[in-house]
Amino acid sequence: MLALVVVTALCFDFTNGFHDTGNAMATSIATKALGPRTAVALSGVLNLVGAFLSLAVAATIASGLVDTNLVTLTVVAAGLAGGIIWNLLTWLFGIPSSSSHALIGGVIGSTLAAAGGHAVKWHGLVSKVIIPACLSPIIAALVAATGTYLLYRISRSLTERARNHGFRIGQIGSACMVSLAHGTNDAQKTMGVITLALIANKTVAAGSNAPFWVILSCALAISLGTYIGGWRVIRTLGKGLVEIESPQGMAAESASAAVILLSSGFGYSLSTTHVATGSIIGTGLGKRGAEVRWNVAGRMATAWVFTLPSAAVVGAGAYALAHGIGGTVGVVVDLIILAGVVGAIYWRSRATKVDHKNVNDEWQGSAAPAQPEPAAA
Amino acid sequence: MSWINLQAIWKIVVFGLVLGAGLPSLFAVGLFSLSKGPRAQPAGADGADSDVLVGGSPVGMVVAALCFLIILAAIGWGIYEVYQIGHPAPTPPAK
Repeated sequence: MLALVVVTALCFDFTNGFHDTGNAMATSIATKALGPRTAVALSGVLNLVGAFLSLAVAATIASGLVDTNLVTLTVVAAGLAGGIIWNLLTWLFGIPSSSSHALIGGVIGSTLAAAGGHAVKWHGLVSKVIIPACLSPIIAALVAATGTYLLYRISRSLTERARNHGFRIGQIGSACMVSLAHGTNDAQKTMGVITLALIANKTVAAGSNAPFWVILSCALAISLGTYIGGWRVIRTLGKGLVEIESPQGMAAESASAAVILLSSGFGYSLSTTHVATGSIIGTGLGKRGAEVRWNVAGRMATAWVFTLPSAAVVGAGAYALAHGIGGTVGVVVDLIILAGVVGAIYWRSRATKVDHKNVNDEWQGSAAPAQPEPAAA
Repeated sequence: MSWINLQAIWKIVVFGLVLGAGLPSLFAVGLFSLSKGPRAQPAGADGADSDVLVGGSPVGMVVAALCFLIILAAIGWGIYEVYQIGHPAPTPPAK
C-alpha cells in the first residue's frame, strides 16, 4: 500500500516536472538562447540539484496543511490522483496551471471527504498557499517590469543585434537559476506528500523531515519529467503571452528566480507557474510597445482559480471511490482508473502534437500550432 | 498567528527587486562597458547592425569583468543562504 502511494507520488512529481519545464525554459527557447533539447536537459539537471538545496517547503506540505493524525494512505493516494489528472488536463490545453495547487487541492479534497472540514488547517492553507498565490504573480510582474525597463535603458546604446547576443548569454545563466529555484520549490511538494504518507503509515514520526531516499527519488522523478518536457506549456508561455526578446527573457527569468528562491526560503509553497507567468507579463509591461495578449493571460488566470477546487473535487471523488470499495483494492481500482484517464489524455494529445520541432512556430491563437481553435486570435 | 506575513512579503519584494531586477541590470551595465572602445559599432544604422560585443577599451573590459564577478558572487551567496535556511532542524518550531 505504501509502495503504491509512493509510486503514485513519484508519477505526480514526473508530471510536475513535465508541466513546469516551461516556467524555467520557455523564454530561453522562445528567444533561441538555448536549443530546445539543450534547454530541457539543462533544466532537468538543475532541478535535481535544486531539490537537494532546500527542504523548507516540504515541511509546509508535510505538516502545515492537514492534520497528520487524520490522514490515511488512501487519502494521500486519492489526493495524488486528483493532482495528476488536473495536471494532465491543463497540459493538454497548454495552460500553465499550477502543479502545486493541483497537488494541494487534491490532498485537501480527499482529506475533506475522509475526515471533514476540521482536518484541514485552513489557516495554514490561506496564509501559506492562497495568499502567496495571489501576491506572487504581482510581485514577480513588478520585479520583471522594473528589470525590463532598466535593461533596455542601460543597453540602449548597443546595436540591437549586439544587445540580443549579449543578453542571450545572460539568459542561459538566469534560466539556470530558475530551474534551480524550481527544484527548491516544486520537488519539495512531492517530498512533502511522501513524507505525509510515511507519517500516515507511522513509518516516521510527525514533524519529521523527508528521509534521504525520498529526496533522491523525488529529485530524479522531477528532473526526468523536466527532461521529457511539456512542449505545449512551453509554447504558450514562450510564444503565447508576449513576443519576447532576449533582454526581456533575462529580466523575466531573473525575476522568477529571485521571487521563487526567496519564497522557498520562507517556506511558502508558491506556484512557480504563477511566478513565471507574472514575470513574463511584467516584461511585456516594462517594455514600451510590447503587447501582452491579455486574452491568453485571462484564460490562464481562470484555470488558476479553478485548479484548487477542481483538483479537490477529483481528490474527494477518488477518495469516496477507494473508501467505498475499501482497503488496498480500493486504492488499486483508483489507480487503474487514473491510468486509464492518463492514457486517454495522452492519446488525445497525439492528435495535435507539440514537440521540440514546432514549439517556436508563429502563435496563431492556440497551443497547437496548425490546428484552428476559436478561443483566441 | 496572522493570516498574512507582511514582513516576509516586504522582504520578498525588496530582495526580489534588488536581486531580480538589480542583478540583470548590473549585467546590462557590464555589457554596456564591454561594448565601449574602438571596435564598437554605432547603433541605429539599419542593415549594418553588428553583433560584436567586445569594444576593446581596457577600462570598459575591467568594469565589465567586475560587474560579472559581482553577479556570480551574489548568485553563489544566494545559493548558500538558501541552503542554510532550507535545512531546518527535524522538529518544526511550536506554533
